[in-house]
Amino acid sequence: MITLTINGREISVSEGTTVFEAAKELEIEMPTLCYEPRLKPYGGCRLCIVEIEGIPKPVTACTTPATENMVVNTNSDYLYRLRRTIVELLLSDHPNDCMICTRAGDCTLQELAYFYKLRENRFKGETRKHDRIDENPFVKREMDKCILCGLCVRVCDEVQGVNAIDFVNRGFNSNISPPYEKDLDCEFCGQCVAICPTGALTGKVWAGEGRQKNVKHTETVCGYCGCGCNVTLHTVRDRVVRISSKRDSHNQGWLCAKGRFGYEFINKNDRLKTPLIRRKKGGELEPATWEEAFDLIVSRFNSIKKKYGPDALAGLASARCTNEENYAFQKFFRAVIGTNNIDHCARY
Amino acid sequence: MSREIVVNVCMDTGGIASGSLEVMEAFEAEFARAGLTASVEKHCKLHRVGCFGFCARDVLVNITIDGECITYQYIKPDMVERLVEEHILEGNPVVEWQVDQEYEDFYRLQQRVVLANNSKIDPENIREYIDIDGYGAINKVLREMTPADVIECVKASELRGRGGAGFPTGLKWEICARHKDPMRYLICNADEGDPGAFMDRSVIEGNPHSLIEGMSIGAYAIGAHTGYVYIRAEYPLAVERLNKALQQARDNGFLGKGIHGSGFDFDIKVKLGAGAFVCGEETALIASIEGERGMPRAKPPYPADKGLWGKPTIINNVETWANLPPIINNGAEWYAAIGSENSKGTKVFALTGKIKNTGLIEVPMGISLRDIIFDIGGGIEGGKLMKAVQTGGPSGGCIPQAHLDMRVDYDNLVNVGSMMGSGGMVVLDESDCMVNISRFFLEFTQAESCGKCTPCRIGTKRLLEILTRITEGEGRKGDIELLLDLANDIKDTSLCGLGMSAPNPVLSTIRYFRHEYEAHILHKHCPAKVCRKLLTFFIREDLCTGCGVCLKSCPAGAVSGTKKNPHHIDTSVCIKCGACYDVCKFKAVLKE
Amino acid sequence: MEQDTLVRLESIYTRFKKQEGNAISILQDIQDEFGYVPEDAVCWIAEASGIPESKFYGIVTFYAQFYQEPRGKNVVTTCCGTVCHVKGAHRVLFQIHEEITLPPGEDTTKDGLITIEKVACLGACSLAPVVVINDKVQGRMTPDKMVRQLRKLQEKKP
Repeated sequence: MITLTINGREISVSEGTTVFEAAKELEIEMPTLCYEPRLKPYGGCRLCIVEIEGIPKPVTACTTPATENMVVNTNSDYLYRLRRTIVELLLSDHPNDCMICTRAGDCTLQELAYFYKLRENRFKGETRKHDRIDENPFVKREMDKCILCGLCVRVCDEVQGVNAIDFVNRGFNSNISPPYEKDLDCEFCGQCVAICPTGALTGKVWAGEGRQKNVKHTETVCGYCGCGCNVTLHTVRDRVVRISSKRDSHNQGWLCAKGRFGYEFINKNDRLKTPLIRRKKGGELEPATWEEAFDLIVSRFNSIKKKYGPDALAGLASARCTNEENYAFQKFFRAVIGTNNIDHCARY
Repeated sequence: MSREIVVNVCMDTGGIASGSLEVMEAFEAEFARAGLTASVEKHCKLHRVGCFGFCARDVLVNITIDGECITYQYIKPDMVERLVEEHILEGNPVVEWQVDQEYEDFYRLQQRVVLANNSKIDPENIREYIDIDGYGAINKVLREMTPADVIECVKASELRGRGGAGFPTGLKWEICARHKDPMRYLICNADEGDPGAFMDRSVIEGNPHSLIEGMSIGAYAIGAHTGYVYIRAEYPLAVERLNKALQQARDNGFLGKGIHGSGFDFDIKVKLGAGAFVCGEETALIASIEGERGMPRAKPPYPADKGLWGKPTIINNVETWANLPPIINNGAEWYAAIGSENSKGTKVFALTGKIKNTGLIEVPMGISLRDIIFDIGGGIEGGKLMKAVQTGGPSGGCIPQAHLDMRVDYDNLVNVGSMMGSGGMVVLDESDCMVNISRFFLEFTQAESCGKCTPCRIGTKRLLEILTRITEGEGRKGDIELLLDLANDIKDTSLCGLGMSAPNPVLSTIRYFRHEYEAHILHKHCPAKVCRKLLTFFIREDLCTGCGVCLKSCPAGAVSGTKKNPHHIDTSVCIKCGACYDVCKFKAVLKE
Repeated sequence: MEQDTLVRLESIYTRFKKQEGNAISILQDIQDEFGYVPEDAVCWIAEASGIPESKFYGIVTFYAQFYQEPRGKNVVTTCCGTVCHVKGAHRVLFQIHEEITLPPGEDTTKDGLITIEKVACLGACSLAPVVVINDKVQGRMTPDKMVRQLRKLQEKKP
């Protein structure tokens, strides 16, 4: 264990812990735009700079490993001034159109501007202009709002392993883009959208669907597959307008394209909400109650089994069910129906 | 002395640009024509060597007959015939082409350690390096010293890294050698990107084996078996000579398995840079060797802990490595006796700019700026007044005349707001505008910023914008304070050395030449008459001969007039390009 | 892609596998082979090597030495280092642009005859200002001399 002092308070942490993580254990907050505990340290935004005794210049807490007897200060007028300048510089190359931005109220940059009371900007100058190529169905990219924290690039590389995007150009003209500035052509998992701290990357499906004020959050489990990712439904009145996932879930907040973007069917009128039974031969499928449906299944199973034996029946389970559900299903077929005719859609 | 005639021709990039290839060819032709060896009954040898140092006098040629050496300057191919005819065949040196007293003075205060053999040996022939006791130091190290002895020796020599910040070399090695990971790497930083610096190129072009020997010594000391030379692709000749030297070293068993017959393995790979100044920063350089975009990583952890492929790595620049063989050969005490209190040894500077004797100089640390500029450099060209000397390239600053008696070493340079950098020294005179110089450097660093961290990416852009508006007459009250605030904040928050030092030119010029900034901002006036937007061009009627050259040169059609009558510039049309000023032979075009 | 291009790419890829190269060295090899880095070559090599295309593109746009367009038959490089700057490189550069018309945003003439570029420093400071014309370093350049040199290049036009 390593013992260090942060803001006059001592703490012991395991080797390899960064100053940022140690401070977090002491519940010391630091501003940051590029730190993300699930990804490798980056140190690009420079907001989490701290003073460390014996090091002449401030260093970023997120990249500096804690060492024995280190004395750290995270808060001073000097650090406040430096951090404020950094945010001011970021805002000098930002559209600042919070009034119409999808992320308003949910944007780290906006928070920081508010915290540092940045109404005027001393550094007005040239801003980057980007031609938007956004034919893809899911991700809206407004790269003039990008602050180059690199989170999207890193999540696409370190977590998703897709490398659909990377840094392009250098210096002030740096940008994040798919190869040859083309439209995004990837799995559309949307991890980049979820991790973006500003309005640079947003989901097309939730654009214009309501501001933070009216949104209700409901915790649930994604129904698409047996992974059972925890998701948060964002609803406005009775409409699902967005799906996100929390970091402390078993899926660590990561989702796939279906879980993140594939929710529109919930709001559709032609969605199936009750069982349907064809009551007359050649007739229409008609809505029925669950009791009626179960009764029908039981009676038909019994009659088939009696007439043709249990092997006349077969069960096909779904990958969208959990392990437990699939277990119960095969048990039902083997023990109750009495057949081994059981299979699973994922067993191609 | 052997009975032979040796002709040494300076054949580095500078020499070749001045025409030394043609001079060489002319000698070859003359030698063949005169049947030389037969007619003088001595062995005649034509010899390509590295940079002599005094580049302003290129092409320089040394002719040595029976040990007596005479140096000729400004040699052109058509002069070769007479040199061969009179000096070599008849034994009468051509006096009027010989170097003068000033040439001797150029070297008087210099002390050549790293460059000692540059003008003596053929860089493409390993035998010549061996003949001057080359590879003696590595043999001594391998046979008589333990790695710890070597580190102790380098520590005792107090050698500091020649790449810029001046970190003690021995200490860096010790940290690396102590590391528990046995897999280590060694890198030579030859990505000499500072505009106005070319000493590393000169060492590789003139004496590549000294670099290989230095790196071998370092490898043995820290226990590394693979070294890399990361070299600028803009230096094709250096790359070619380095590759040749490496192959010759391998052929002689000096690199590869069991070097110099010892049990120690070491080889060197060459990695070509692809054109990014930031790759001179060690972590960016490592990223580039790994095949990534050259974006620096935050330190700590330092490369000595976690470098190439995450392994402990030592990075030193060319000049540092080239210092090692002399240190081992002559001992740490000898080296530590040269120089000033905290900066030992010699330093190579590229002395250029508005100075008479431009070239590559090597001086003991602690020499005064005055000695460098007015003794070695011979003073300002064209009888103008000196204004400042810019050291350390884009990371450094401008030192005004008032500090001429300053002793040049790492700490003193930092104290006056500049830095050693890789050793560029550009002398500026009264006709240089300091705001313009500061803007020039910011334009460079801004374009070379990798874009990873906020202060450097956006901050340097904003500095440049403010400086641009000042030089264009759009400066506002408070701009100086704004520049100072922003510059200091960028220095304190940037991720790597590039960003931390990029504001130095701004800070040092404001510190010493604030009045020039004020003149631009408050009076919309450029005292040095450089910033074009603040100038007005006009023609003095009494001096104008009506030759019409300015009229032809004007791209905007602002000049009018008839032949043999005084011309006139319409200031409302003039785009202030200065073409008329440049072409006028009668100094009739004036700018105010 | 043409068969010939494919063969050249395959040999670059074979060399890369043998020499344990990386993304930068592949791109340098492609540029040496084709004179620039064509998009379809990057696409092919990304597929073959398993190195993401995005990474190649990131590198091509980061390092100044990679060209994404074919270069002119003649290349004129003006050194804009510190010494060249104070000794009047901008006047030479101005003259070049007076003499040669480039399509907006590009550095090669329409007919592909001349490419104009700048470099930060060539280390030939004693000869400042310096211009490199087709790999030959020419020192103490003046606007006048530059014009003569450029006209010489233009006369080479068939």
